[in-house]
Amino acid sequence: MAEYTLTTPLTDADIEQLKSGDVVFITGTIYTGRDAAHKRLVDSLDKGEALPFDLKGALIYYVGPSPAPPGRPIGSAGPTTSYRMDTYAPRLHALGLKGTIGKGKRSQEVKDAMIANKAAYFGATGGAGALLSLAIKGAKVIAYDDLGPEAIRELTVEKFPLLVINDCHGGELYAKPNLEAALAG
Amino acid sequence: MRTIKAQTIIDSVAQMCISANRELPEDVVRTFKARMEAEVNPAAKETFRQLLENSDLSKETGLPLCQDCGLAVFFVEMGEDARVEGMGIRHAINEGMIKGYQEGYLRKSSCDAFTRKNTGDNSPAIIHFDLVPGDKIKIWMMAKGGGSENMSRVMMFPPAAGWKGLREFIINRVAEAGPNPCPPILVGVGIGGNFELAAINSKKALLREIDDTHPDPEVAKLEAELLASINKLGVGPMGLGGDTTCLGVKIMVAPCHLASLPLAVNIQCHSARHKEVVL
Repeated sequence: MAEYTLTTPLTDADIEQLKSGDVVFITGTIYTGRDAAHKRLVDSLDKGEALPFDLKGALIYYVGPSPAPPGRPIGSAGPTTSYRMDTYAPRLHALGLKGTIGKGKRSQEVKDAMIANKAAYFGATGGAGALLSLAIKGAKVIAYDDLGPEAIRELTVEKFPLLVINDCHGGELYAKPNLEAALAG
Repeated sequence: MRTIKAQTIIDSVAQMCISANRELPEDVVRTFKARMEAEVNPAAKETFRQLLENSDLSKETGLPLCQDCGLAVFFVEMGEDARVEGMGIRHAINEGMIKGYQEGYLRKSSCDAFTRKNTGDNSPAIIHFDLVPGDKIKIWMMAKGGGSENMSRVMMFPPAAGWKGLREFIINRVAEAGPNPCPPILVGVGIGGNFELAAINSKKALLREIDDTHPDPEVAKLEAELLASINKLGVGPMGLGGDTTCLGVKIMVAPCHLASLPLAVNIQCHSARHKEVVL
């Protein structure tokens, strides 16, 4: 298990060195996007419209933050469960998306897309929204303001702490649950 | 007959919503500390360390424990000799919830089922009433996140399935959910009743203290055994491995139809946020 500090936008070389289980600190710009925003992104692609941000080398953070209290750039901002975005992720990876940040398992299609397009899936600690908020130094809505917490925000992060769950070599951090042992009592 | 002003309910509910989202219950913190000591897996230890740090930070800064401040679920025991003056109690609770979520900078997570348009104020609150003897009103508030709720299930078994069938279903459900619902989880189980009662009971069961013991020794035994079995899955905190997949199994049993054996499994993430107040 190695430790890396990476700066956005991410390159193929950045991703190729990573293995599942590595700790990564991200500095730079990441974009928030979850359920409703992903639907709109893909609808835009279908219509041949430009996206609100450049996917090349980008990182999407699956998060719907709580409102920013006075004096802070953002409220709590921990990850949401990623599988709900599995339908959309392969298409975005094919267009240059280098990484996604969330929690929980990904589908085989997403894992294959990460191998094919040199991308990685990062986990952040779910339910640690206040703690993760401290690594976010700036936030501004850049698209879909009407979606409230689901709007796309550009976040400025400093040493945002992540774990590599799936790397671009087929490696995975989540172990298969030991169902036999549990059922046996 | 005792009269309670609607404003009292509004203010209490608003306060409950804010504090539930900023302060982990004492039993949860106590359990995190004990499990952090007990875990040998470094990733599990580190996850508990982060969750405890997050809990301290939330208290200090007022930022909610989790950005998913949930749908607000209320269980109300309404004394038959209590009445609310000024507006209906359902309306008062909803108003209090809206106030709390607004003033506490809590995320509003309710949206139209079809258009997905956010309602903007987290309404409507989900409220379950029980009429009870007496002149008091007791209100429990739960902030129930979407990630763990999505992993929950209701299943209508044939009576022949028995405890063996229920047990297998619950263990399989937790295994399939894996890292998704933010483990270590609490598992609320409703057995018996009917389709909707099993579901309501499985959620009500989550209001119990983590380290309490079920008053029926037979059920208490099932809870303890099931907890031990689930923890053999090795999912661990945030799915990173370890001995703590589940913090507690809480079962609520009700009589059911001759033809049925209803089961509801309500999964609660580690951020088990709830508060109660007696008015």
